[in-house]
Amino acid sequence: MVSAPVQVAPPVEAPARARRLPRWVAPVAGVVAVVVLYVAFRGKAVLPHDDDATLFHWLNDARDWVDANRNSSPIFLYVVNYIRLGAAGVYEAIQAGLVALGWPGLLGLAAGLGWLAGGWRIALVSFAGFAGVGVLGFWEASVETLALTLSSVVLSLLFGIPLGIWAGRSPRVRRIVTPVLDVMQIMPTFSYLSPMVLLFLIGPASATIATMIYAMPPAIRITAMAIQRVSGVAVEASESLGATGWQTLGKVRLPLALNTIMLGVNQTIAAALSMVPLTALIAAPGLGEDLLRALARVNVGAALVPGVAIVLIAIVLDRMTRAAAQRREGGTRARAVRWGGFAVLTAAGLALLPVLAQDFPEQWEVQIVRPINDVVDWIEAHWYTFTGFLNDVVAYGLLNPLQDVLTNAPWWLVTAAVLVFAWRVSGAAAGLVATACLLCVAGLQLWEHAMETLTMVLVASVITIAAGLALGVAAARSRWFAAGLRPLLDAAQTMPSFSYLLPAVALFGNGRFTAITASFIYAVPVVARLVEDGLRAVPGTVMEAARSAGSTDRQLLWKVQLPMARGSLLLAANQGIVMTLAMVVIGALVGAGALGYDVVAGFAQQEDYGKGLAAGVALVLLGVMLDRITQGANGRRSPHKKRNA
Amino acid sequence: MKKLRLIAGVLALGLAVAACGGAKVEDDSAAAPSASAAGSAPASAGGTVKMAINGWVGYEASAAVVSYLLEHELGYKVEKVTLAEEPSWQGMESGDVDVIIENWRHPDLKKKYIEEKQVAVEAGSTGNKGVIGWYVPEWMVQKYPDITDYKNLNKYADLFKTSESDGKGQMLDGDPSFVTNDEALVKNLKLDYKVVYAGSEAALIKAAKQATDQKKPLLMYFYEPQWLFNQVKLVKVNLPAYTEGCDSDPKKVACDYPPYDLDKIVSKKFADTGGKAFELVKAFQWTNDDQNAVADDITNNGMTPEDAAKKWVEANPTKWQAWMPK
Repeated sequence: MVSAPVQVAPPVEAPARARRLPRWVAPVAGVVAVVVLYVAFRGKAVLPHDDDATLFHWLNDARDWVDANRNSSPIFLYVVNYIRLGAAGVYEAIQAGLVALGWPGLLGLAAGLGWLAGGWRIALVSFAGFAGVGVLGFWEASVETLALTLSSVVLSLLFGIPLGIWAGRSPRVRRIVTPVLDVMQIMPTFSYLSPMVLLFLIGPASATIATMIYAMPPAIRITAMAIQRVSGVAVEASESLGATGWQTLGKVRLPLALNTIMLGVNQTIAAALSMVPLTALIAAPGLGEDLLRALARVNVGAALVPGVAIVLIAIVLDRMTRAAAQRREGGTRARAVRWGGFAVLTAAGLALLPVLAQDFPEQWEVQIVRPINDVVDWIEAHWYTFTGFLNDVVAYGLLNPLQDVLTNAPWWLVTAAVLVFAWRVSGAAAGLVATACLLCVAGLQLWEHAMETLTMVLVASVITIAAGLALGVAAARSRWFAAGLRPLLDAAQTMPSFSYLLPAVALFGNGRFTAITASFIYAVPVVARLVEDGLRAVPGTVMEAARSAGSTDRQLLWKVQLPMARGSLLLAANQGIVMTLAMVVIGALVGAGALGYDVVAGFAQQEDYGKGLAAGVALVLLGVMLDRITQGANGRRSPHKKRNA
Repeated sequence: MKKLRLIAGVLALGLAVAACGGAKVEDDSAAAPSASAAGSAPASAGGTVKMAINGWVGYEASAAVVSYLLEHELGYKVEKVTLAEEPSWQGMESGDVDVIIENWRHPDLKKKYIEEKQVAVEAGSTGNKGVIGWYVPEWMVQKYPDITDYKNLNKYADLFKTSESDGKGQMLDGDPSFVTNDEALVKNLKLDYKVVYAGSEAALIKAAKQATDQKKPLLMYFYEPQWLFNQVKLVKVNLPAYTEGCDSDPKKVACDYPPYDLDKIVSKKFADTGGKAFELVKAFQWTNDDQNAVADDITNNGMTPEDAAKKWVEANPTKWQAWMPK
């Protein structure tokens, strides 16, 4: 944490007040103190990694107990195993339903639902999207992925919406639920898998449950928000007319909140789709399996195509639910047209079922794997010196020195630096939470690996945020640039995270820089978008005023737009860091090591299970720590701001 | 209100049914249909076989040939489940895996899943002989003749330094889920090396090719059967000789890997009800050269596993006809 304060120190622009010290004195003094302490105590009070830590053995024993009692302990016989059975049942029913529809039936149904949700445009998008999946040659796998996604979404909504309604109506519940949801959303997807395997074994049931947990937070959050926003007048009117609580809920609150809740459904689907491919690691069928296989063969084309298939599915589901969330006017006639169209399209699809071949016709499939690989081979062959050079520059210039500092600094110094830094940026509460997280990581016996992960995250975040900022600024300035960038960013955001590993592996071989490159591709779109939105939100009148006062474009950007968009920028940084963490961890699949490797090894090698489970928890703690450090800045009332205003 | 009551009723009924005895994980209802249940596709007269696919191409070659025969000669449908080695064994318990077609010993897993849990059984040798070891490219042996003795590795550690190896020599391993003692070996043989995981077989192969073409130093974990040995010359480093039981404690291993007689593992349920499919799996046996031929076609000749399997099957009728159930 030594170099970080320098980069993020608040801008030193306001003139020093006569009565107090200049504002740069405290941060500089802090940095100097940290450097002095580091030099003095380097190599002392370090916590080297030990594979044999008692905690890991203890967790292994716990695993063995679960394994031995899976079929005898009442907790498993009457609770856990039923949850597994229930999830398996939901998945099997949905999967069987989708398969029974056949490809013409499913295309018809998709078009029909699209029609129902948003007219011919959405119907066309749905049809084209699903047909595209078939043309890419991934029909069967896509149906499996769709089944997994839908079953976990159904379960998320089944539990999420009632919880959301409860949270929306009771502030006390809301206070309890919110921090839990925060943690659930920060948690890197990877750390869900080990505990799931322990409780529910491998297979689609386990995958469904893992995805459900990952996808539930938006359902709860947005439902709660929707219920809260229902106008008090309507509720009061209904109550004064003598409606019972349930009636008010069913006839007033829910209908009024419905459109917003549909947005929650939309977000839930997006979250589920980003998790589902990863569950291939625990034997879930679908496109994730194709991705894993491509990764094992270092075949970029073979990884990109299923990635595109997932993007297509995501686009269809997104447009459909988004359209459904818009309030639609119209009387009985319009409704008749809507349902009539739905029925006709679905029936048409089903009617074609016996006529057409059972599998998606092979002659319609397009082969694009080979051309992609040709391009990659060419780049590999011709850019080798450049990519190798880049890898070495980042590894020797940034990663190794920073890692050296973090792993050789005494643990108390790192902790103190985090405490002071977080306190200053985000306030006391955030500082204490961040420190507590770090101490728990030390308690988990994973300090050294956590520092290695932190190194990668810091380097990746700095690169990501810098690039995202540049792209966002450019997009906010030029409409053309923005219009060109947007679809690219959209696609990049929905691609499953680990399809990014492959191009990175092909270019840079295996190692930390590859993980950093992948997280860069993964997180830059979000950062760029948040920056752009923030800059665009600066009121036009302010811009005009500044321009008429004679500001140049550069001054406008640095003195007006960026300071006014501070909230969005911090949010962008926060999101960038959290996403980077999630991706750097997955980078363990291609040799990035550290905590991510512990997690992977944990579910692949028996004797490493305990370490893997602990590493999963450590990752969560690391995520919460990074989130608190950056997010608190958002809520805290900044003294500088007041002064500027 | 009516609906609510209905839901409550259904729930109560469900609980009442559920309370009858608790659910065990190997209950048939927990798992999707196995070989005994007829699949829905018309082609699958025999049922469905769930075949684990582990992450190296030799495994895939064996799996492809057996799957091809199951589908085209016996009318089964084969579901391929891409999984790492240990999770494949867990799949025997959860019902997601019927067959592991190439198993690399795993005495601990055999004890747990075959003896204790009794959810899996052995189904005989594949005929393939496995070797695991540390390899260097041949040009290094010509230049540094004594490098093949592990005792001299520390002398050459500097050669193997990379950006990922912490200032030590790099020992390149494969997928973290592969059978490996390398971290323990490095520690217990006091070698100045760090184990770095390439992530996959393909990444190892790429490294080996680069090391040979560009004369870059490389020390890596590798194994036979492996088609690459027909293309690239690699030499095995001699670790302390293997003796029976020297690898029993995974943390204290200080000896070479044992010779592997690769075998097949099937789930208990598949052994009991798999019928002809089980008989074929049990009878399947071929040589390292056979496997390498199919693996080579899959990796280097642009064939899908199915096409490569078809080619081998058409070229070697006498071999596979001996595996067919009578």
